[in-house]
Amino acid sequence: MAGSLAALAARMQEICGAGNVVTDPLELRTYECDGLTSHRCVPALVVLPGTAPQTAAVVRACADAGVPFVARGSGTGLSGGALPRTDGVLIVMSRMRQIIEIDPVSRRAVVEPGVTNLSVSKAAAPFGLFYAPDPSSQVVCSVGGNVAENSGGAHCLKHGFTVHHVTGLEIVTPSGEMCWLGDGTGNSAGYDLLGAFTGSEGTLGIVTKIVVKLVPLPETVHTLLAAYRSTSEGGTAVSDIIAAGVLPAAIEMMDALSIQAAEAAVRCNYPPGAGAVLIVELDGPTAEVEAELALVRSLCEAAGATEIRAADDPAERAVIWAGRKAAFAAVGRISPSFIVQDGVVPRTSLGAVLARIASLSEQAGIRVANVFHAGDGNLHPLVLYDDKVPGEPEAAEELSGAILDACLEQGGSITGEHGVGVDKSRYMPKMFSAEDLDTMQLLRCAFDPASLCNPGKVFPTPRLCGEVPGRRRGAHPAVAAGQAEIF
Amino acid sequence: MMNTERAVASPSDIEEASALLADAAASGLAVVPRGAGTGLSWGPPPSACDLVVDMRRMDQVVEHAAGDLVAKVQAGASMGHVASVLAEAGQQLALDAPAGATVGGVVATGTAGPRRFRYGAPRDLLIGITAVRADGIIAHSGGRVVKNVAGYDLGKLLAGSQGTLALITEATFRLHPLPPAAAYLTAEFAPADRAAAVAAVTAAARSALVPSAVELDWPGSDPGTLRVGVLLEGTESGVAARTEQMSLLLAADGGSPGVAVGDSPPPWWGRLPPSGPLPGGPGGLGGRASPQDQGGSGGDRPPEGNAASSPQAGTVVRVSFWVARLAEALDAVEACGAEADLRPAVTGPAGVGLLYACLGPDAGGDAVARFVTVLRGRLAGSPPRGSVVVLAGPVLAAGGLDALGQVPGTALMRAVKDQFDPGNRMFPGRVFGGG
Repeated sequence: MAGSLAALAARMQEICGAGNVVTDPLELRTYECDGLTSHRCVPALVVLPGTAPQTAAVVRACADAGVPFVARGSGTGLSGGALPRTDGVLIVMSRMRQIIEIDPVSRRAVVEPGVTNLSVSKAAAPFGLFYAPDPSSQVVCSVGGNVAENSGGAHCLKHGFTVHHVTGLEIVTPSGEMCWLGDGTGNSAGYDLLGAFTGSEGTLGIVTKIVVKLVPLPETVHTLLAAYRSTSEGGTAVSDIIAAGVLPAAIEMMDALSIQAAEAAVRCNYPPGAGAVLIVELDGPTAEVEAELALVRSLCEAAGATEIRAADDPAERAVIWAGRKAAFAAVGRISPSFIVQDGVVPRTSLGAVLARIASLSEQAGIRVANVFHAGDGNLHPLVLYDDKVPGEPEAAEELSGAILDACLEQGGSITGEHGVGVDKSRYMPKMFSAEDLDTMQLLRCAFDPASLCNPGKVFPTPRLCGEVPGRRRGAHPAVAAGQAEIF
Repeated sequence: MMNTERAVASPSDIEEASALLADAAASGLAVVPRGAGTGLSWGPPPSACDLVVDMRRMDQVVEHAAGDLVAKVQAGASMGHVASVLAEAGQQLALDAPAGATVGGVVATGTAGPRRFRYGAPRDLLIGITAVRADGIIAHSGGRVVKNVAGYDLGKLLAGSQGTLALITEATFRLHPLPPAAAYLTAEFAPADRAAAVAAVTAAARSALVPSAVELDWPGSDPGTLRVGVLLEGTESGVAARTEQMSLLLAADGGSPGVAVGDSPPPWWGRLPPSGPLPGGPGGLGGRASPQDQGGSGGDRPPEGNAASSPQAGTVVRVSFWVARLAEALDAVEACGAEADLRPAVTGPAGVGLLYACLGPDAGGDAVARFVTVLRGRLAGSPPRGSVVVLAGPVLAAGGLDALGQVPGTALMRAVKDQFDPGNRMFPGRVFGGG
């Protein structure tokens, strides 16, 4: 360890206690990646603060030393947002895992960032409330990480994303100051820095407390499973449901290959031979759900459903969801390796983009299983390959990128919920102009002028804060200095 | 310090808007963006104004993708026009705002009325934005899909920024289906039954009956009756069943003479202030911008004379709080009013923890300042559970009072302003007051 880092490690031990600073090379290695395992990088130092003031002191120490730092929650992110830097400090928030307060009348909870997503809903359940954002990793993922990524989930179609459910954030700014964003109510005045911070992928500061909204548990939840011969028939049902003015809590679809994988993994017993399975969940007041259920069922039938199953108790609903929830992991049963893609298209373009994916898959000779949040056009194509076959990883990566291009051609997005991180920063210029990216980074410059807070994420090229926009000549200084690369 | 505008320019497209702001930057002009003027008096007046950019020539619905429940709209389009276009497909932009207000103005001011309870504010429905920076550069963020986490969300930053960071030229929104049925429930409570009114608000807001709005109206003066209003939207049969259940809830804590049910809003619904004209014109926030409203009182109202006109209707103080502190907030408003010898009228979406305290035009600057300062003291805390902001009133023009007060994050807000508008030329003085 270099001298300056040794000094920094000693400083961290003073702040957090020796037991909460990791310097052992073997132990450091366990932090080398998050949920995106294709990118790995062993951090110089790992620190686990136990309080907000400790976090602030840790950040201040980094800022004083000019050392970059990266915050990490549970490490479940799928875009490498918490990928460490070899020259930097990884600040792990998992020791801060207290639910500080639940106020059932205000429908608010105050939690620390390391609290897992599902535990908020569990703590709120006795009051008839829950925390709505439900990313599929909700058993382990942290609320702090959810804030960084603006996480969604299967039910965000109706209930919204993390940004719609956070009303206050205590943060440590990149210079090490503690401050609150938002007045805790969701009605704060002035600039909506709370909204801008949420989803900034850890580049604007570190969250140390979160005020979240809690929502009344729905009176009734009904889940329908409809089997179709093809995804295009299923897609028709989705369009018809939306056109009828119904807003389900969730609409999910799986194609034949992902059904096959789920069947192999969890024996979910979906209708045999189905080319697509549609899961529609309705929640809300009983009287509304009953009226909508009849309508949705008839629309599903009219679109050509070969079989419809319905469930209204938690156990039966869990059976329907089992296959969907297992889908990502299940493809491991039918393929040695796979890439989870995360693209978005307008809902009405689902059919077109699925056809395009099928033809890309055929051309490349690489299988793609499709699992998607059909209601909001968020696709999770799973690109299946064998990493032991020479050339296949590269071909899979290329196919995965071509799928994103197809999404953009339809007016979509390169990420619906997994974030940009390190994985997709090179695609950002395909979606945004240089001016757009420059403008976004004005926000970054306001929060982190020294560019020490999770640098190298989201943006392909850093903006040097303070430079005059639009007057740049020749190579970007950061590129010339070898700090950045243009894709 | 005001009424100094030298020119009004009205761009017809984004390129013109960009050229305009680039020229203004070159000449160092202070720029005040405006829409229909319905919200211009909401906030401190500009400390300088060389050029007013009137967005009303950019008034088109650019795209309505009904199957995707998404619409892209130019900033100068009126809410009433947008509503009429969307209604053809049975859809809506679920924000309560005067029909004459422009989309850009509604976004810039963060205007949302009673249905904020269910649908949120403009920032919650905005999925993409195009704006021209102070230096004339055109920038986008978001897109035209609802689910999208690529890049920073500048829409969040610009919504509610009151024209002080950039000129909003286009906005893309998530839409909602128009509900087949709606019911407005109103319960009235005598002054002595204030606790029951508070209980009715919190019960409605916490219920699983999914109200679209939970309002409280308390005109303050004699006889001081409190009204609790709830809007239910949904299917015919669903609304009928929920109305019965909600009526029971509203009366559960006693005190109410009964719950009235109607299919149109009560006269006080979303009105600011509760008595007298709205600072921004009639209509208030409760008038859903329905197609029928077009050309009505809100739609064709002549815009205010200029960017710097001061409000005629007293002072509006915006009080936000955790809902469990509703009784405390009402007590505080009453006590602080008494201390300052004022009798505030209170109204707003109490179910989301927001109320507007309206002080009459005769309330003096010192009394208003005392009211606000004492109220801030009573509602302060950590973690923050509310804030007190002066929204409109002569006291802002006089410059004697910090409109924002101790809203969290003001130092970072100033840093953001410095980055986006280093010359402090975009609506100078609007958010932070002073120069």
